[in-house]
Amino acid sequence: MKVEEKLALGFFRTDDRSHIVLDQEACRACDPKVCLKICPAGLYSISEETGEVVVEYAGCLECGTCLLACPKGAIRWEYPRGGYGVQYRYG
Amino acid sequence: MEGLDAVVVGGGLAGLAAAYRLAKDGLSVILFERGDHPGSKSMTGGRLYLEPVRPYLPELWEDAPLERMVTKERVTAMAEGASVTFEFTSEGLRRPQPHSWTVLRSPFDRWFGEKVAEVGGFVIPQRKVTDLLKEDGKVVGVVAEGEEIPAQVVILADGVLSPLGEKAGLRGPLDPRYAAVGFKEVIRLEQGEIEKRFGLREGEGLAHLFFGSITKGVFGGGFLYTNRESLSLGLVVGIEAFAERLPAEMPELLEEFKARPEVAPLIEGGELLEYSAHLIPEGAHRMVKRLYGDGVLLAGDAAGFALNHGITVRGMDFALASGALAAQAVKEAKERGDFSTGSLARYEELLKGSFVLKDMEAFGHTSEVLAHERLYDRYPYFLCSLAEELFRVGAGPKEKISRTLWRFAKDLLLDSKTWKDLWRMREL
Repeated sequence: MKVEEKLALGFFRTDDRSHIVLDQEACRACDPKVCLKICPAGLYSISEETGEVVVEYAGCLECGTCLLACPKGAIRWEYPRGGYGVQYRYG
Repeated sequence: MEGLDAVVVGGGLAGLAAAYRLAKDGLSVILFERGDHPGSKSMTGGRLYLEPVRPYLPELWEDAPLERMVTKERVTAMAEGASVTFEFTSEGLRRPQPHSWTVLRSPFDRWFGEKVAEVGGFVIPQRKVTDLLKEDGKVVGVVAEGEEIPAQVVILADGVLSPLGEKAGLRGPLDPRYAAVGFKEVIRLEQGEIEKRFGLREGEGLAHLFFGSITKGVFGGGFLYTNRESLSLGLVVGIEAFAERLPAEMPELLEEFKARPEVAPLIEGGELLEYSAHLIPEGAHRMVKRLYGDGVLLAGDAAGFALNHGITVRGMDFALASGALAAQAVKEAKERGDFSTGSLARYEELLKGSFVLKDMEAFGHTSEVLAHERLYDRYPYFLCSLAEELFRVGAGPKEKISRTLWRFAKDLLLDSKTWKDLWRMREL
């Protein structure tokens, strides 16, 4: 099963502003890009259009793994606003 | 809000235990939770060791939504294409009372939030505490998305990343060396089917841990817990060790684990209900400079209270006990009318008198022992190769068991690294 399908079963209330902001300059210089592999929700990818790292913040499980693992400190990450983000029903 | 005794930040187990004890003892308390309800941001593997917690919260458990009492323990060492499993069960795990239970945190914490409200505590969901109110270096309340809420004391139970613990100057940012990510699937199965499949009596449960090749040489392991009508199946993976090697894509690791012949039949026919992830403190108490300050206390994951002992993994019991003890310290501080650092030092004294700091001090270095990569490749491989030699009957004459054991023992024990590892393991 693909991780996108797993995430689709979850309940997310998505804010219109992302709680994850990337420093694209630092990302360009980064190799290997740890975020592409380490996110358990697989939310990080390289945009085909721009070649930049993009993050699908709407599916974020709010674990903070990317924040800790980023070797460049290029991820500005905070918890979503109150009432937004993932709402676990089982946990 | 004038005259509020305490604000608790975070509706996980530490925060809920603190708010419950405070409200029960007649103090005015508000708990802020950023999710829809307490538990909506919580996640566990899942097993709660209830026995250590009972003295601190004795009256609470009658109607708690516990899933199954654990009466069967399994540990599996996984190599490529082979595994060795150890299973333990005993009447002692059932009587005089079960020592541990599987839990699902969303319903569990939600129930606990209702208990807090029943004894007069206020639980305010969907509110994120964004900052601390300070006056001359003393914490005098919180700021929740613009609104200022003054209080005599603030209990920070804001979780493993604890952004507010950092703001209070009590701890530094979480270091990737001292954290692992746990991620899991909750898979629905009929109650009777679970009991049949895992050989369990009604209401009884299994806790199954896996280690070895499934994490590809990286610190961590797999877990399977039986809930009433579901299974919690997942992996724990060390952040720094994984980032150094990048042996796979993280979500793919779980798919490979699920496809193992030891696991696939156990979840067959089950329906995926939820996918979740959370960080786990693994020696993260090193991030904490002080457990209390002027008008502020740190509890649960935020304080780095969790212990991975290899075959027992604990955190929720530490969270509950530390929350209850934070409340105790606050209650005594109120009696003295003094919420200063010196007065709140009582919190550390209480923790030191309890299993929380006793165990943290005794076993605080286990994460270094368990970070050792040979635990995840060489030793599981060794166990499986030995079992293969012992159990397999091939063409030609069979070797004496004593001879096989000697051959393997020699091979292992002549290796100086093994002795070093054994020496390290005395920490466990």
